[in-house]
Amino acid sequence: MNGNGSQANGAPAVSMRGVTKVYQMGEVEVHALRGISLDFEEGGFTVLLGPSGSGKSTLLNILGGLDVPTAGQVVYRGQDLTEADEGELTRYRRRRVGFVFQFYNLIPSLSARENVELVTEISDDPLPAQEALDIVGLADRSSHFPSQMSGGEQQRVAIARAIAKRPDILLCDEPTGALDISTGITVLEAIERVNREYGATTAIITHNAAISTIADRVISLADGRISRQRVNETRAAASTIEW
Amino acid sequence: MIAALDRKLLRDLWRVRSMGLTIAVVVASGIALLIASLICFDSLETTRSRYYARNEFGDVFANAKRVPRWVAGSLDELPGVEKVDTRVVAGVTLDVPGSTEPVNGRLISLPDSGRPVLNDVTLRSGRFPDPGRAEEALVNERFAQGHGLALGDQVFAVINGRRQGLEIVGTVLSPEYVYAIAGGDLLPDPKRFGVFWMARRHLATAFDMEGGFNDISLSLAEGASAQPAIAELDTLLEPYGGLGAIPRAQQISHWYLQNELTGLRGMALLMPMIFLGIAAFLLNVVLRRLVAVQREQIAVLKAIGYSNLRLGLHYVQWAVVVSVLGGVLGIALGALMSAGMLNLYMEYFRFPDLIMRWSWGHILAALLACGAASVLGAYAAVKSVVKLPPAEAMRPALPDTFRVSLLERLGLRRWLTQPLRMVLRNLSRRPARAAMSVVGIAFSAAIMVMASAAMDSFEELMQLQFNVVQRQDVTVTFFEPEGRAAYYELASVPGVLEVEPLNGVSARLRNGHRNRQVGIQALQPDARLQRVVGADYQPVQLDRAGLILSRKLADVLGVEPGDTLRVEALQGTRPEQDMVVSATVDDLMGVSAYLEPDALRRFLSDTATLSGAALGIDPAARESVYAALKGMPVVAGVALQHAMMENFETFVAENVNNQLAVNLLFAMAIAFGVIYNTARISLSERSRELASMRVMGFTRAEIGVVLFGELAILTAAAIPVGLALGYSMLAGMVAAYETELFRMPLVAEPGTFAWSSAAVAVAMGLSALVVRHKLNRLDLVEVLKTRE
Repeated sequence: MNGNGSQANGAPAVSMRGVTKVYQMGEVEVHALRGISLDFEEGGFTVLLGPSGSGKSTLLNILGGLDVPTAGQVVYRGQDLTEADEGELTRYRRRRVGFVFQFYNLIPSLSARENVELVTEISDDPLPAQEALDIVGLADRSSHFPSQMSGGEQQRVAIARAIAKRPDILLCDEPTGALDISTGITVLEAIERVNREYGATTAIITHNAAISTIADRVISLADGRISRQRVNETRAAASTIEW
Repeated sequence: MIAALDRKLLRDLWRVRSMGLTIAVVVASGIALLIASLICFDSLETTRSRYYARNEFGDVFANAKRVPRWVAGSLDELPGVEKVDTRVVAGVTLDVPGSTEPVNGRLISLPDSGRPVLNDVTLRSGRFPDPGRAEEALVNERFAQGHGLALGDQVFAVINGRRQGLEIVGTVLSPEYVYAIAGGDLLPDPKRFGVFWMARRHLATAFDMEGGFNDISLSLAEGASAQPAIAELDTLLEPYGGLGAIPRAQQISHWYLQNELTGLRGMALLMPMIFLGIAAFLLNVVLRRLVAVQREQIAVLKAIGYSNLRLGLHYVQWAVVVSVLGGVLGIALGALMSAGMLNLYMEYFRFPDLIMRWSWGHILAALLACGAASVLGAYAAVKSVVKLPPAEAMRPALPDTFRVSLLERLGLRRWLTQPLRMVLRNLSRRPARAAMSVVGIAFSAAIMVMASAAMDSFEELMQLQFNVVQRQDVTVTFFEPEGRAAYYELASVPGVLEVEPLNGVSARLRNGHRNRQVGIQALQPDARLQRVVGADYQPVQLDRAGLILSRKLADVLGVEPGDTLRVEALQGTRPEQDMVVSATVDDLMGVSAYLEPDALRRFLSDTATLSGAALGIDPAARESVYAALKGMPVVAGVALQHAMMENFETFVAENVNNQLAVNLLFAMAIAFGVIYNTARISLSERSRELASMRVMGFTRAEIGVVLFGELAILTAAAIPVGLALGYSMLAGMVAAYETELFRMPLVAEPGTFAWSSAAVAVAMGLSALVVRHKLNRLDLVEVLKTRE
């Protein structure tokens, strides 16, 4: 499947084949993913839509090297992530993946800039921390601690932190879930800009369908399966979203 | 039917059982010490008082040179006196088959008919001597055991140069020798100090005491004070060479026993307080965290109508369950420990039977102490539960506020990586908690320092006393002050390489109403063997002008250099003279006054003053020297340097290592309890950020830095504090044990500090290992989905 996004260049960054994930919850087996096959094109912008329990978070976690599938294969640029051990997955996350979470997950004891430096200190070729903050429009807030910032500002710091390592893959788990509309839009603009300017393969999971217009491609999940896929001919600007 | 809230309590407890358990262990350690000390104290005190009462242990003791028998009648007239016993007591050198070394013995007369009025003995085996048979004697049990002597065996006493056989017909215990220690020794040595009881008429004959006595014991009517009786007794005995009466408190066996009891009482107070204080602190930290985590649950419970009281109680119960669990464990452990401790006491303190005493009062005291610790520990948590408004608690807590730590502001910032900054800021955000953790860990180091340094001090005392102060191989004491002839006799013994005369006189030193009877020693200015050396290792120069006093003696008499004392010699014509105190010396054993030899000679108008001699001998000729000494009529006692050292080493081997091990265990309980709980709380507070870091690609080792860096800093800060605290606790102990019999030097070897630090570091390593296991199981996905 080819994404038609503006940044796509044809070769998949991550390729998933027949990915199944079964959780043992007490005596019940929960099938979170049931044989998903999906390619994420280099530089593409994908939105994963679906209600709670549809399997989208599980998919994101497997994509980000936080979890491994029960069956199936996940290949990142030729590296089989399903065969990777704990250390290799850690290195994969460290070098390749940027995460943005619903609840920001900033370190409260570090200032905005230091939260970004937390990542740049362990990266091979990072952006300067100040530049990353600049990209999300927070250059003047760099010495503030999380407790001194609004939710939207905190989320933008989280994005700055995620992009500072120049990730190949940017994964966002409900990045606007805890935010109001206007703040949410600022955050999405930041993600959009990172995808466009730095070419990171981007995936956002959300249950908010309105967001899907800014993506190259929209994958809908239901009950662990892909229920629908759609390719946007043109990507809408984040600023035009309404919900 | 268990209420739902109580079921929650049980499950909460189970969920954090390892933390609860480590706190319970700290409580248990404190309670075990409390219970063990209380049981030992009560048992020993009861055992002692019953023994003293049953065997009529005296209240006042005195001896003199020779008192005619008719004086005994007037002893009854002394104020407060109830019963009087007069005896013949003599120090002798013993020749025990199988032992070439001379042994110090004491012979005590038994009445020719009936049992002693005071200080009666308790027969352990055999029978009383037949008054008609001169050679029959009773011996103290421990000496018989020490030498493997059986009934019917013979030992020989050297009496006036003649070997007289003593046939053992019975073994006994005596209230006077519960702690059977020879004067001047630090530890009882069952092989080198034997006490024998024999019929009076034979003993009197051997020592020219027919129609007289030289030892007096008095018992006082209930409530009567000893001082008036002592004052009049001294006056009465003065014409007969009275050497000054002492109250029971100064009787040497009683003194050591009392000293031990006082120590137990101190331990029963101090140590449990330290442990329970630390437990309260840990409860406080854990409960506050629990309340923070359960914030929303508390809000819901309040919303559905649970009262503040009920919810407050819920968290107090948590603390109470943990500390009562610790308390029960501690009571059981304490009872076991007390049995072990009492067994050990029975090795050194000999009673006919041990009366084990425990009471519900002890258990009540222990449980009350636990209750106090729980309430103290739960107080802050309960306060925050009560203060929490339900509506507000439903909303997430505000993010923690942090600021740049002091160290960073001082310019260290650019050297620190982000994880290290996290560590510093987290510590500086809760300075009180960090400080308490440091204090807690410090106490564990302090306990180890104190236990181990007490040994260092004891060893230092031995080392100073036997390698610096007394460098002789043998110390000989004479029955009577002798002249030069005795000196030459010793010098002529083959194998004796050096003889140094020990001149001295027993004297009473007075300053107003304060007085002490001590030996005034005159040491040769060029003495090589027996010297006067302070704790600073500086030999003291004897001064022609005046007296040099042990500092302790100066304190007791209330004098300082420059003051004048009234000195009365207790021998010969009993001359009296005012003398100026010219200096004090920090000596460690006994208390003495020192005088320049010529000054002493002038004071005593040239009468004989040679009270003994210090000998350096050829090790190859040891046996022949011993044989010669045993045969010398003038020799009353022989102290062997190597025997004292060996006895000390045996004591160390038998007791000290056990004691160190117990202290190490207790200290580890504290160190582990504090460090482990600190780490767990830290992990709980920071699991979210640690998981975030793992997601960002930090390795386990790297996030370990954040968690364990904090522990390492707390431990590193606590170690020097603990070493200093331990040293000052040691100083307190040394001050408490500063007695007229001995003083401990304040010494702690580098090794003590090193191994105490190492033990704390090991406790930290262990805690880190256990917590690392939890850290490795951190659920990255789960943690990220939830907001705190």
